[in-house]
Amino acid sequence: MGGYILKRLLSAVPVLLGITVIVFLIMSLIPGDPATAILGAYATPENVEKLNRDLGLDEPMIERYFIWLYNMLQGDFGRSYSLNRPVLDEILERFSATLILAGTSFILCSILGILAGVVSAARQYGMADKLITFVVLIGISVPSFFLGMMMILLFAVNLRWLPVSGMYAIYGGGDLPDLIRHLTMPALALSAVATGVIARMARSAMLEVLRQDFVRTARAKGVHERRVITRHALRAAMVAIIPVLGIQAGFVLSGAVYIEIVFQWPGVGRMLVDAILTRDLLLVQGGVVFVAACYVLFNIAVDVAQSLLDPRIKT
Amino acid sequence: MIAFLRRLFRNRLAGLGAVTFAAIVLFVVVTPLLPLPDPNATATADRFMRPFSEGHPLGTDHLGRDLLARLAAGTRLSLAVGVAAALIAATIGSAIGIVAGYFGGRIDNVIMRGVDMLMAFPYILLALAIVAALGPGLMNALIAVAAVNVPFFARNIRGITVGLAGREFVDAARLSGMGHTRIILSELLPNVLPVIVIAMSTTVGWMILETAGLSFLGLGSQPPQADLGSMLGEARSALITHPHTSVVPGLMIFFIVMSINLLGDGVRDALDPRLRSGALSRPRAMTEVKREDPVPAPTDDLLALQDLHTQFHVGDRVLRAVDGVSLTVAPGECLGIIGESGSGKSVTALSVMGLVASPPGLITGGAVRFRGEDLVGAPYERLRQARGDRVAYIFQDPLSTLHPLYRVGDQLAEAIRAHHKVAAKEARARAVALLRDVRIPNAESRLDDYPHEMSGGMRQRVGIAMALANEPDVIIADEPTTALDVTVQAQILSLLDDLRRDRGLAIVFITHDFGVVAQLCDRVAVMYAGRIVEEGPTGAVLNAPAHPYTRRLIACVPELGQGRRELAAIPGLPPTLDDLPAGCAFAPRCEKARPACSAAPIPLEGSGRRAVRCLYPETRPEEAA
Repeated sequence: MGGYILKRLLSAVPVLLGITVIVFLIMSLIPGDPATAILGAYATPENVEKLNRDLGLDEPMIERYFIWLYNMLQGDFGRSYSLNRPVLDEILERFSATLILAGTSFILCSILGILAGVVSAARQYGMADKLITFVVLIGISVPSFFLGMMMILLFAVNLRWLPVSGMYAIYGGGDLPDLIRHLTMPALALSAVATGVIARMARSAMLEVLRQDFVRTARAKGVHERRVITRHALRAAMVAIIPVLGIQAGFVLSGAVYIEIVFQWPGVGRMLVDAILTRDLLLVQGGVVFVAACYVLFNIAVDVAQSLLDPRIKT
Repeated sequence: MIAFLRRLFRNRLAGLGAVTFAAIVLFVVVTPLLPLPDPNATATADRFMRPFSEGHPLGTDHLGRDLLARLAAGTRLSLAVGVAAALIAATIGSAIGIVAGYFGGRIDNVIMRGVDMLMAFPYILLALAIVAALGPGLMNALIAVAAVNVPFFARNIRGITVGLAGREFVDAARLSGMGHTRIILSELLPNVLPVIVIAMSTTVGWMILETAGLSFLGLGSQPPQADLGSMLGEARSALITHPHTSVVPGLMIFFIVMSINLLGDGVRDALDPRLRSGALSRPRAMTEVKREDPVPAPTDDLLALQDLHTQFHVGDRVLRAVDGVSLTVAPGECLGIIGESGSGKSVTALSVMGLVASPPGLITGGAVRFRGEDLVGAPYERLRQARGDRVAYIFQDPLSTLHPLYRVGDQLAEAIRAHHKVAAKEARARAVALLRDVRIPNAESRLDDYPHEMSGGMRQRVGIAMALANEPDVIIADEPTTALDVTVQAQILSLLDDLRRDRGLAIVFITHDFGVVAQLCDRVAVMYAGRIVEEGPTGAVLNAPAHPYTRRLIACVPELGQGRRELAAIPGLPPTLDDLPAGCAFAPRCEKARPACSAAPIPLEGSGRRAVRCLYPETRPEEAA
């Protein structure tokens, strides 16, 4: 197992390098002179020249890439112009907030989605199945930002159950119950679409597995139907469900952008949008590379989980 | 195409999606013709008018602009941008996919590596990076959304193209001297086009949603131009005081995406052949029972099938797989049931413990009695208790019938613990003993094997051990040796025979092979088209088959050392089970058939233990007995 994890980690190195190349290429798409783009049309030529020098933009492109990569490997992601602090510090601070939000959402959508899919499949064409199918259909069609806004209207404004936005109360907050109260709505809104997608996938995977011969064998042994579904069928269906979880994790992680804006959540997504609007390109560049790299590592964890679940995968 | 559309609209949800989407398109097309105010005309005096106000059916926004007019303009823009993004992504992505799939080799390798890299990004993040570089704006948002969807198309289309590129018609085109461009355009493109269209129909909803999302973030359309996303984004600051300005564009995005999702699902389902036959139904815990005739009276046999009828209801068709089968099994006896595939022998076996997949299976009549108790009418819990405990099964292919993800030891222990409250440790000890009973060497270490780590013969031994786990009275073996090598087959048969003699087990042995019957069975029943056509002691049936079908079936078996004996295959095919003739089902394939054979049902007649369902039997059962 240790060898397998090491192998997967090593295979991630070219992917991570590829990510830096892609981000670097995208950033070099900036039309015209980047320094002018950053400083705006009214910048003095001296300022533009100075910034060009600071960014290393007077070097050839390939050299610039390697300098950037080398600095990043040293933990130097550059300095944010709009915030006047190191990019990495800002990212790490913001990413922990995003991780809380996206992590909670991911756990929510995994549990709810699989549960809904299993119940749906076990009661195929029954009332529960129809109800779940209907809710799932709405879940995957409603834009998360709109859902979030409607939740604010209902739960925060009308019912006054939960705070409107933010991560902690301004006065007297900061403890775990406070965090949970602030986290509930954004986490639910963020998980809605992924829950729907996972539920659908889980339902069809379960239906597929329930027709397999080994399910009939379990029944022929006299295993109780509840156990047939939860142990035999679900276990086998998980092999198909886990990759979907990995993909959905990516949607949850990046979809957090909308939710962070709607709920004023101090995460990396909101940071990115602000950075784009203020043309703080080093912050964007660093943030995108950082989040994408985290996602690549997460997917390795998914692969490892898959290999633990399915002994047929060669480790 | 017409069949496809009919299937699409038979799906009510897809129909709903189509109607909703058509209504939205109609709304977008018709509104420019109506005398609506200019969507960008501000009137600060009329800010935040509520819906149903005079002159403003949906009210006004924070600048007093008419919401209906803005909704129409915004919807038009959102649809146009989403569809444009889908078209761009599909065109570029498919082109990349076709090139990679057609040329293969290094080109394919390099391109797909790049695609994999792009797919390693969380989706929206990549779009943000592109917008960051190009700057906010609707056009740039469109480019970003299209770009992040390119890998999806490239990968899908490449997969299809790789399959097509090796086909004869492409080779033929190449040999006829066509250039690469012409082959791609005239041979490959028409074949992958339907796939591209399906992929578009399932992703265009996402792309509309994503461009709206970027506009919502302020990175897409810039004021005063507004798509649905930026309408929602602008309305957000007034969410609490004037929610209608948010609800109007939000609901519109929701309806657009939902209708497209429903349509996309419908298109996919209509094209998925597995859904057409309704095959994706989940089999229930036990076979459904719908008996109308009175249940036959109990007998004191160990196991008795009494006038059993099992049918499959597929759409309007009723397949009579088991059509009035009666059999009895005595303790310690081995009964063979033999027939071609489709004769109903397996369905008969599965009906005993309610294991026929249902839907579509349905037991419509008769009874299965174990020591007099009717199992067909039994409630689920009673049936479950009997399964594996009193009557156990051995199935055909142990690779697919054992759970692939559990160790064989755990699967054996589960069989025991389904019926006996024993500790895990004891169950494991018993599992070792069971593996020894079926003569698996190194039983102890084999417990921790997964099925895929064992050979076919070993797996089937595990299957047999599992059936023996609770020392049942009857084992039903459904072609347990068919998937195995001949030498392994012989070992398994002798193992079963030994177990039967040692433990006084009754065995019902389902097979299509008379050689196996001769080796193992005391009695044999021959099935054809869901009915028993002949029954009797194995020796008597083998030496003097009474039914023409039995005779032909025996003639099919090659015998070693018997010199040049002609192998006679039976001409024709078994009848379809939803259209059985009134009389003998074998008559159309029978040389001796006369008009009377097809006229009326023929009873199973005989004396003692020998019986035949034939008007002109080869030998009179009375004589042979």
